[in-house]
Amino acid sequence: MSGTTITTDILIIGGGPAGMAAAVAASESGRRVTIVDDNPRLGGQIWRAELGKNGSPDANKLLAALAERRIDLINNAQIFGTDRDRSLLAETGAGTITLGYNKLIVATGARERFLAFPGWTLPGVFGAGGLQALVKGGFDVSGKRILVAGTGPLLLVVAEYLRSKGAQIAAIVEQAPVSKIIRFGLGLWNAPAKLAQGLELRSRLAGIPYPKGSWIKSVRKTGEMLTAAISKGGRERQFECEYVACGFHLVPNIELPSLLGCSIVQGFVSVDEYQRSSIPTILAAGEPTGIGGVEAALIEGKIAGFASTDETRKAEALFAKRDRTSRFAESLKATFALRNELLTLAEAETFVCRCEDVTFGVLKDFNSWREAKLQTRCGMGPCQGRVCGAACEFLFKWHVDSVRPPIFPVKLENL
Amino acid sequence: MTYDIAIIGAGIVGAACAASLSREGMSVALIEAKGIATGTTAAGMGHIVVMDDSEAQFALSDLSQKLWNEMATRLPTDCEYEHCGTIWVAADEQEMAEVRRKHAFYSARGLTSEVLDEKALHDAEPNLREGLAGGLLVTGDSVVYQLKATSYLIEDAKPAKVISGRKVTNVASDGVWLETNEKIRAKYIVNAAGIGAASLSPELKIIKRKGHLVITDRYPGFVSHQLIELGYLKSAHGKDSDSVAFNAQPRSTGQILLGSSRQFGIDDAGVDRELLRRMTSRAFEYMPRLRELSAVRTWTGFRPATPDNLPYIGRIGDSNVFAAAGHEGLGITTSLGTAELITDEILGRDSRIDRTPYSPNREVAAH
Amino acid sequence: MIEIRIDGKTIRSKPGTTVAAAILNAGTDHFRASVRGGRRGPLCGMGICFECRVKINGAPGQRSCTILVEQGMEIETAANEDSAADSHG
Ligand SMILES: Cc1cc2nc3c(=O)[nH]c(=O)nc-3n(C[C@H](O)[C@H](O)[C@H](O)COP(=O)(O)OP(=O)(O)OC[C@H]3O[C@@H](n4cnc5c(N)ncnc54)[C@H](O)[C@@H]3O)c2cc1C
Ligand SMILES: Cc1cc2nc3c(=O)[nH]c(=O)nc-3n(C[C@H](O)[C@H](O)[C@H](O)COP(=O)(O)OP(=O)(O)OC[C@H]3O[C@@H](n4cnc5c(N)ncnc54)[C@H](O)[C@@H]3O)c2cc1C
Ligand code: FES
Repeated sequence: MSGTTITTDILIIGGGPAGMAAAVAASESGRRVTIVDDNPRLGGQIWRAELGKNGSPDANKLLAALAERRIDLINNAQIFGTDRDRSLLAETGAGTITLGYNKLIVATGARERFLAFPGWTLPGVFGAGGLQALVKGGFDVSGKRILVAGTGPLLLVVAEYLRSKGAQIAAIVEQAPVSKIIRFGLGLWNAPAKLAQGLELRSRLAGIPYPKGSWIKSVRKTGEMLTAAISKGGRERQFECEYVACGFHLVPNIELPSLLGCSIVQGFVSVDEYQRSSIPTILAAGEPTGIGGVEAALIEGKIAGFASTDETRKAEALFAKRDRTSRFAESLKATFALRNELLTLAEAETFVCRCEDVTFGVLKDFNSWREAKLQTRCGMGPCQGRVCGAACEFLFKWHVDSVRPPIFPVKLENL
Repeated sequence: MTYDIAIIGAGIVGAACAASLSREGMSVALIEAKGIATGTTAAGMGHIVVMDDSEAQFALSDLSQKLWNEMATRLPTDCEYEHCGTIWVAADEQEMAEVRRKHAFYSARGLTSEVLDEKALHDAEPNLREGLAGGLLVTGDSVVYQLKATSYLIEDAKPAKVISGRKVTNVASDGVWLETNEKIRAKYIVNAAGIGAASLSPELKIIKRKGHLVITDRYPGFVSHQLIELGYLKSAHGKDSDSVAFNAQPRSTGQILLGSSRQFGIDDAGVDRELLRRMTSRAFEYMPRLRELSAVRTWTGFRPATPDNLPYIGRIGDSNVFAAAGHEGLGITTSLGTAELITDEILGRDSRIDRTPYSPNREVAAH
Repeated sequence: MIEIRIDGKTIRSKPGTTVAAAILNAGTDHFRASVRGGRRGPLCGMGICFECRVKINGAPGQRSCTILVEQGMEIETAANEDSAADSHG
């Protein structure tokens, strides 16, 4: 049980692109590097389940380097708390392990932002990345009709992926206005790799309606099917489908750095140019510092890996490239900002907190997240506000904070 | 304008005082530095329990329990008032002797309780381990979601004014000063500022006694009564050393709230993992199957303790200031009794119980 | 192929499939009952929403989207509620 203690030099939490890149860079120094990830497989949200077979060249290169450098991998281990100075606690199938470090790199990635609308709790209504992840996990969607909705570039990636798995995409419903999408498209000149990706995607998605300035209003169950009501240009359109895949871009996983006391500014871990947080022994890379996608994650991970091992020259050489990806992150944020009409989707009876079944009608009278939590248990269920927190931040402009250990539920004996 | 009463602190004690005084037709201003029920009240367990550590503690908790039971019929369901009863769990014969002493004590004072033997205990709580000697079931005890109850008290009272987010910096004879340099004028002032009370009324001696709690996911039926070990008598929940005891509460949600720990001399509100693990290990000794349950949150709170374990209730010297503070680990329970005593004293009425043991002017020597 | 049982029915799954995917493939979308009794199924697919909780080999509340199928696994969903409720304690 809570016996094992592992001490390492550079501890990396998260085995996605950022964490993998950080590990490879840090290992150049010859120091002991350990990656901890809560999944059975490496790769993070984008590469998981695809590594090896027909995977991305970037991914396979990193994977080979990880193996060659003999970097320690601890899978199926979820960080849930902190112990004494410079050690973290992870729950594994075999109990709790304590992980001591000299430097910590937080590469915990992001999750989808979900908004509450009537019908969003129906089985068959998934997150967009959520459905993609389930399909990567073996869920067979061939022949199914799926509506993809929400906002962000992930919608296109997901639609293309689902289609490649035999699904029929009813439409991709994007809430951002067409004017912003066009500007964003031009902005991609700053990120050539992304542009190519975008163009290629568009051709593969040819024939699928991609209404912009359009959003999902509700979903209801009609027999075996789901019927989604979509708002477009002031009119409502109905789509019949088997599944809805709906997500509103991403929010960072910052529970761990918050618990550790790193300074958080506007929802992201605040870092200097070396990816160092306000706490000198803790660095952060990838989505926790800004939603920038895989290229940003890779470059930030690399910088953090070098900086954590005092290879400052090597880190500095990457600054210019990183600054380009940061600009991309900025334009993502501006393009896919949520429109005010989405504030009116939830009805009094719509659940906002799915763990505790707390409705919009009950929540709207509170003044703060803390008050609402204490009085309604909103955000106090097992997801600990990971789903409803971002929705409440948008709906009520609450400052969603106060992280308490454990950051994920754990067995009592593992606490 | 001048209010009849200014109450400092909107924890459960201040809220109860506001309700009781407003009901008597007095105009009440309730002033809270942070938010309604965000102090110790937010951290507590919500066990409504009659205690027998001293006659004075019994009298106040017994009166309070009656008041809770009267109010229960009016409490909205989201206050989750549950009449679950308490079982004081005895591990061995020595603790069974304490069960019988408690039984005699409660019986002599008209309170219903039932001695459970090994089998009866096991039938009542099948998840307790085998081989425990027995216990005492006190049927009149309950649990409440104290945060909702605090809000209800305030909504029900409709005090003349609620000022939230403003700290009181000074107490004068004719009112209180806020941090904004505003003065709220009042004929009487009730200091219900919990662990903050002594900094406004230096006559009071209040020390922080830190406690840890853990709450699990929902496991309906896993625990049915509030369970407290009697072993704490031996470990003595000492004054100087840190101590832990098995204390498990069934919430109406099916969640289990686990306590408890006691520590003096600590200001840091952080969760102390070693102590937390001592606390849960103690719980596993009584309920081994708890190990497998999922813990969703841990937190700590500071009980406002006094040197003689009794709260301060009543007029301070011959000032216009009344103390309603220092309820330590029993303030959810005794909030209602406290409010009744304060109201009686302000109105010049006699009370149903003797008020003198709680007077802030008493000599307090730690015993 | 790996054989598992979902609500008493034997199902065959490819190795590397998550339990959530296996349940969905078996035609069940009612994974758990919400606290007010609503029907819920997976949302996030990545272990953060807790909507895909089911009982696996007797242990309740397991996030099925984060666990891979293993030979002989016994899985109970809320579609099988009544029998699950008795053994909860
Ligand atoms: C559901 C989803 C699907 C996505 N799909 C795509 C896609 O197809 N294409 C694309 O370009 N982008 C996709 N993205 C965006 C993606 O986040 C970025 O492109 C990029 O992968 C981010 O890399 P990262 O290393 O920062 O984070 P991630 O890849 O998210 O890696 C973070 C890792 O940390 C682990 N972790 C987090 N917290 C803990 C903890 N407490 N203990 C242990 N481990 C922990 C996570 O499980 C994860 O494996 C997706 C995002 C999401 C949320
Ligand atoms: C772990 C734990 C478990 C417990 N379990 C139980 C239990 O099962 N049963 C039970 O009966 N009791 C229990 N208690 C005890 C109970 O929680 C307290 O006794 C009770 O909450 C005290 O209430 P209060 O209103 O005096 O204090 P508080 O709730 O702290 O309220 C005082 C308020 O005054 C405000 N304040 C302070 N200074 C100022 C100022 N200068 N100006 C304006 N406002 C100010 C504060 O912000 C605060 O909101 C427990 C306590 C702990 C810590
Ligand atoms: S689907 Fe969200 S935790 Fe499994």
